[in-house]
Amino acid sequence: MENIEEQIEKFKVQLEAVDKKTTENKISLIVFSGDLDKVLASFVIATGAVAMGMEVVMFFTFWGTPVLRKKGRKVSGKDFMSKMFGAMLPEGTSAVKLSKMNMGGMGTAMMRSLMKKKNVASLEQMLEMAAELGVRIFICEMSMDLMGFKREEMIDYPDLTYCGVAKFLEEAINSRIQLFI
Amino acid sequence: MSEEIKVDKTMDLKGLPCPMPIVKVSKGIKEVELGQVIEAISTDPGSLTDFPAWARTSGNEILKTEQDGNIIKFYIKRTA
Repeated sequence: MENIEEQIEKFKVQLEAVDKKTTENKISLIVFSGDLDKVLASFVIATGAVAMGMEVVMFFTFWGTPVLRKKGRKVSGKDFMSKMFGAMLPEGTSAVKLSKMNMGGMGTAMMRSLMKKKNVASLEQMLEMAAELGVRIFICEMSMDLMGFKREEMIDYPDLTYCGVAKFLEEAINSRIQLFI
Repeated sequence: MSEEIKVDKTMDLKGLPCPMPIVKVSKGIKEVELGQVIEAISTDPGSLTDFPAWARTSGNEILKTEQDGNIIKFYIKRTA
């Protein structure tokens, strides 16, 4: 009898360990790119995943960070380098360009008008939809600091958190799918 | 003779490309009761593969798929 009880106890411990290793029905995306096409693909996957019943987290880092800047929001107190970065990097979704065939902005403008014509949701609409669907967004604090962005110049998004690599890894470990875009 | 499917809600998704059809349907299905049926009308050819994939993953059932030219009709029963 005692032996059985001992075994049950052992099983319980093992089950708990297995439970911790089981992934959640979640997808973690790293949006490293700041290209219109790649960011658009990220949002298509993110919104589609919510439709499939998944929880979605998006991590914006490096070139992906300026995509989440709010257009026309001026902040004071930046040093020279931060001002330079601020001026050279896109100011939000409306300023991002195609990774290919940009052709000095002509290609991107054509793609945007084509998207409109074909009813493909724009980045702005995608972001709005992601917010509505409960997609969580994380922004890499190190990229923010490196590029000299301040929190007050980033978009207003319902579920926005600034984080480091550990937060991403915690989410990624428990996700079924992890993508680096 | 085929049985008539009783539709509780119709969703017009014509002209919407990926991912809008499944995003809208996944929202719309929550607005009907379990066992009720949604008629979803799409013109996105990708829907033919996407809707069954969505239904399998979300646990809902596609009762019937009809195609007439570029119009695709799905009858989806909320089972989840």
